[in-house]
Amino acid sequence: MGVTRHIIYRHVGPDGPLGFPNSPTTFSEAATSQECTMMTIGDPCGRMRRSKAATSGSSVCVSALMLAGCSGDTHLSFLDPQGPVASGQRWHFVESLAVLLVFVAIPVFVLTAWFLWRYRYGAKSSRYTPKWNYSALLEIASWAGPVVIVVLLGIIVWRATHALDPYKPLASDQPALRLQIIGYDWKWLFIYPDQGIASIGVLALPVGRPVAIQLTSATVMQSLHIPALGSQIYAMGGMVTQLHLQADRPGRSLGENNMYNGNGFHQQRFSAVAMTPERFSAWVDEVHLHGIALNDQSLKHISQRSTRAELIAALSQPGASDGNIYFKGATDALFSTVVKATKSGTPVAPASVRQEFANRAPLAARKPTESATDKVQ
Amino acid sequence: MSFAEQFQHPLGRLSLESLPFWQMLNDPTRGNVINGVIGTAAALMVVIGTLVTIAMITKYRKWSVLWSQWLTSPDHKKIGIMYVVLALVMLIRALMEALLMRAQQAFGLEGGFLSPDHFAQLFSTHGTIMIFFVAMPFLTGIINYVMPLQIGARDVSFPVLNSISFWLTAAGAALVMISLCIGKFSTGGWFGYPPYTEASFSPGVGPDYWIWALTLASLASTFSGINFAVTIYKKRAPGMKLMVMPLFTWTALCTSIIMIFAMPPLTVAMAQLALDRYLGFHFFTNELGGNMMNFANLFWLFGHPEVYILVLPSFGVYSELISTFSGKSLFGYRSMVIATMAIVALSFAVWMHHFFTMGQSANINAVFGIASMLIGIPTGVKIYDWMWTIFRGRVRFTVPMIYSIGFIYLFVLGGITGILLASPTIDYQVHNTVFLVAHFHNVAIPGALFGLLAGYHFWFPKAFGFRLNERMGKVSAFCWIFGFMLAFFPLYALGLMGLPRRSVAYTEPSYVPLEIAAFLGAILLTVALVTLVVQLWVSIKQRDKNRVFAGDPWDGRSLEWSVSAPPPEYNFAVIPVVTGRDAFTLAKEGGKAYPLPESYTDIEMPKNSVMGPVLGAIGFALAFGLVWHILWMVILFFVAAVVTMIVYGFARDTTRIVPAQQVQQEHRRWLDAVAAATGISRADEYQSANQGLAEMTIHEVPA
Ligand code: HEM
Ligand SMILES: [Cu+2]
Repeated sequence: MGVTRHIIYRHVGPDGPLGFPNSPTTFSEAATSQECTMMTIGDPCGRMRRSKAATSGSSVCVSALMLAGCSGDTHLSFLDPQGPVASGQRWHFVESLAVLLVFVAIPVFVLTAWFLWRYRYGAKSSRYTPKWNYSALLEIASWAGPVVIVVLLGIIVWRATHALDPYKPLASDQPALRLQIIGYDWKWLFIYPDQGIASIGVLALPVGRPVAIQLTSATVMQSLHIPALGSQIYAMGGMVTQLHLQADRPGRSLGENNMYNGNGFHQQRFSAVAMTPERFSAWVDEVHLHGIALNDQSLKHISQRSTRAELIAALSQPGASDGNIYFKGATDALFSTVVKATKSGTPVAPASVRQEFANRAPLAARKPTESATDKVQ
Repeated sequence: MSFAEQFQHPLGRLSLESLPFWQMLNDPTRGNVINGVIGTAAALMVVIGTLVTIAMITKYRKWSVLWSQWLTSPDHKKIGIMYVVLALVMLIRALMEALLMRAQQAFGLEGGFLSPDHFAQLFSTHGTIMIFFVAMPFLTGIINYVMPLQIGARDVSFPVLNSISFWLTAAGAALVMISLCIGKFSTGGWFGYPPYTEASFSPGVGPDYWIWALTLASLASTFSGINFAVTIYKKRAPGMKLMVMPLFTWTALCTSIIMIFAMPPLTVAMAQLALDRYLGFHFFTNELGGNMMNFANLFWLFGHPEVYILVLPSFGVYSELISTFSGKSLFGYRSMVIATMAIVALSFAVWMHHFFTMGQSANINAVFGIASMLIGIPTGVKIYDWMWTIFRGRVRFTVPMIYSIGFIYLFVLGGITGILLASPTIDYQVHNTVFLVAHFHNVAIPGALFGLLAGYHFWFPKAFGFRLNERMGKVSAFCWIFGFMLAFFPLYALGLMGLPRRSVAYTEPSYVPLEIAAFLGAILLTVALVTLVVQLWVSIKQRDKNRVFAGDPWDGRSLEWSVSAPPPEYNFAVIPVVTGRDAFTLAKEGGKAYPLPESYTDIEMPKNSVMGPVLGAIGFALAFGLVWHILWMVILFFVAAVVTMIVYGFARDTTRIVPAQQVQQEHRRWLDAVAAATGISRADEYQSANQGLAEMTIHEVPA
């Protein structure tokens, strides 16, 4: 009890090195060389930034939405998109919002205020018709207006839903990078099956190349979300979901879990770091060189209910010092093994939980308040 | 200990560890102490509140009055009032929890003061309470009070069932309250998705509290739905055809229909989850063929229609208010009815928008997205028709009208963000962020809560015979409106900046200013609630100045205004004959508002029944036994429930007669008071001169 209340991890210290002792490559170059493309007006980040004020000055800056710009060096929002999916989503958001504001909100707001004033109690100059309650023309207009707006939006929505379907592979002349992501409590394990490596806490991506992701959960439902790159999608035990993303320029984006899964939920964050293809392959080599082995033993630790910090403490050789964990020796089979195991029951269930099961033989006897979730308080 | 053994232990899972201060005493770290103190203080409030209430009742010797006049009463008006009282008490708790959450998040950069587990219990109880034990009882209470009066009935069709519904709801609320004192509540949120809420991941009592509280509430609401629908179909006064009913009654009917069809999926989902947790079934587990998506489907098959259960009655209230306070008959009655019915039908066809992100195909998502947007059509029509009602009217800016205006503006915004969320593409980004939290509060607070509060101000004089203080009402209304804006608009921005809902802490410094603004908003909302309580107190003190015994303080349009305030227990000395919409306005125009009947007859009314309190107590004890695995309690109270119902089946002598003599006396006394009162113009509505008699003037002002 009381071991680690609220250790909150910064995804990766913004300017910190990769974390391996003699590492030649650092993330910082990749990340800071890229400026936020939003204009600095109303910069909510409270930091001065040497901004190349809007590389794409046209980047849509709908007043209030500016708030959702970027914070520090991490891209937080799809309104500050770092890839084609998020930028499509931003466009769709802006166009839908515009239609609604112009055709719904403004007319209602203006007319209501005007009516309220003009027909206030005691007004002398306006008509008063206490019994008038029907007008075919107004009725037709009242129905037709919303119908037209919804039809219009319906068309927009139908198109956008299909165009930006997270299951749809992204068009590209490059082959997609395969990625398998497993949700554990309270960290994501990113497996690069073709590279034979894996990581926790940082998701490295090559710029300009589509990424084809498969997701599952080894525990409860979770939802993987990297707002600046694209859609979120649930990861569920015994099931596989899919997601396609792409980063267009180097930079660091916020990644998180959006579906509450217990005490460490708010710490289940990571950085999605987009880097040039060269850097990416250097990174892969780096992980091969310095990563720790992804074997039964490390997997056992990973499947504990623990935050990333606790996991690092539990692993005998933490490897990196940047708050992330890097693995070598990841196999293609691991993902499907976890899916099957979760579906069939016990094996990959977190040991703490398995303990409960064992205690409960045959069924559900438990100690009153000691839930597994109480551990991290 | 095995499951079976534990069930055999006389106290089940109960132990000292279940007390809120146990952990703090045994492991006094700073965090444990802070959380322990907060938890203990909350528990103390419940205990002390209960003890003080009991002591006061004893001191003033009110037990027998309370028992015979209220607790066992089958009178729909009294049950309605008890529902509203329950809702307001629970609102106090849920709002305090919201304030605590907002405070935690305002200081939540890299930490805050609450433990994650404590925070999780807060959002779970807050959400559960607000929906099931604030909004639901509030609207059920108002329907209960108003609907029979509006249709010219003497009571609902099944008065004892009505009392049972109330008591089951109260039992559910009591279960949530006692979870503050003994054990912990669920941390799975108000929709408690498995497998997180399965025994393997949440082995404690929390989810069991949640399951049984919801089970009690859902049963109660199913019964209420049946009761209201039957009443509206069967007990209307002569001439009160369906298309003549006041709009509030229409929305009550529509809400009841939704209750009947939407509550059972919830009850079933809860039963299945209970089977998983108690008997090792695998409906929603990861393993052995379970599938949690079935839970998601069942829950939202209830959950989406539920939001229309919440807003439709308020839509009805707004229709009454806007028409009354614009001094004009409701524009587009037929459209309004059709729109409401359309919403009912559509509300069952959109549930999947709650999990666009679970990986369905684009076709399915797009279809459900567009279906969700379709609801915008009837809702839009309603907004326009309210605007046309104001158009060419004479608007009085009374307290209920201020809520209504706040509603029109804010609800349009909430609707817009709802339509945004209905687009799967946008949902992929803002689902489960605080943008979603902002959206549903944006519809729940202006849409449901404001309407109910406005209804409270509107009908309070009817129920208690005197008006509420206007000035404080206005202060409170403005605090609700601006407090809401300050508390929730920042969440839209925060959601777009990537803050997930249910985050106890965060690491982005840029969130802080917005979080602080939201915290200030929550403080303003608390001020609004406190003002309401003070207003009630002050109004009770000043009641003699503000009496409206004649019964029609607002120049009302429907039948509830045609009787005294408060109305006699049988509502109508003589059942009125209705000739058209706005029945009371028609009568006033025809000079026949207060007819003197030639003769009176005996009136048959339901007798008091102990069934409600008894079944409520049994339900509570049964649920408590189940939560704590106390076998003897479960068996005992299960048997008690069955036996009670069978025994009641033999009850024959269930009505009593109010003699014609008494009816005549009471009615004449009221008519004399009406005759003695002076009709006032609308300018004097809020003056002492308003004795509840409206000046009969209808003057059109041509262009
Ligand atoms: C009156 C002022 C209110 C305030 C200040 C307030 C505040 C909050 C806060 C801070 C949360 C947690 C947000 C998060 O997860 O990050 C929340 C959640 C919630 N609130 Fe409210 N709320 C209010 C009223 C209401 C009302 C009237 C309702 C419903 C009728 C409601 C229903 C809910 C629900 C369903 C949740 C979600 C719980 C969950 O995550 O499972 N709230 N509210
Ligand atoms: Cu819905």
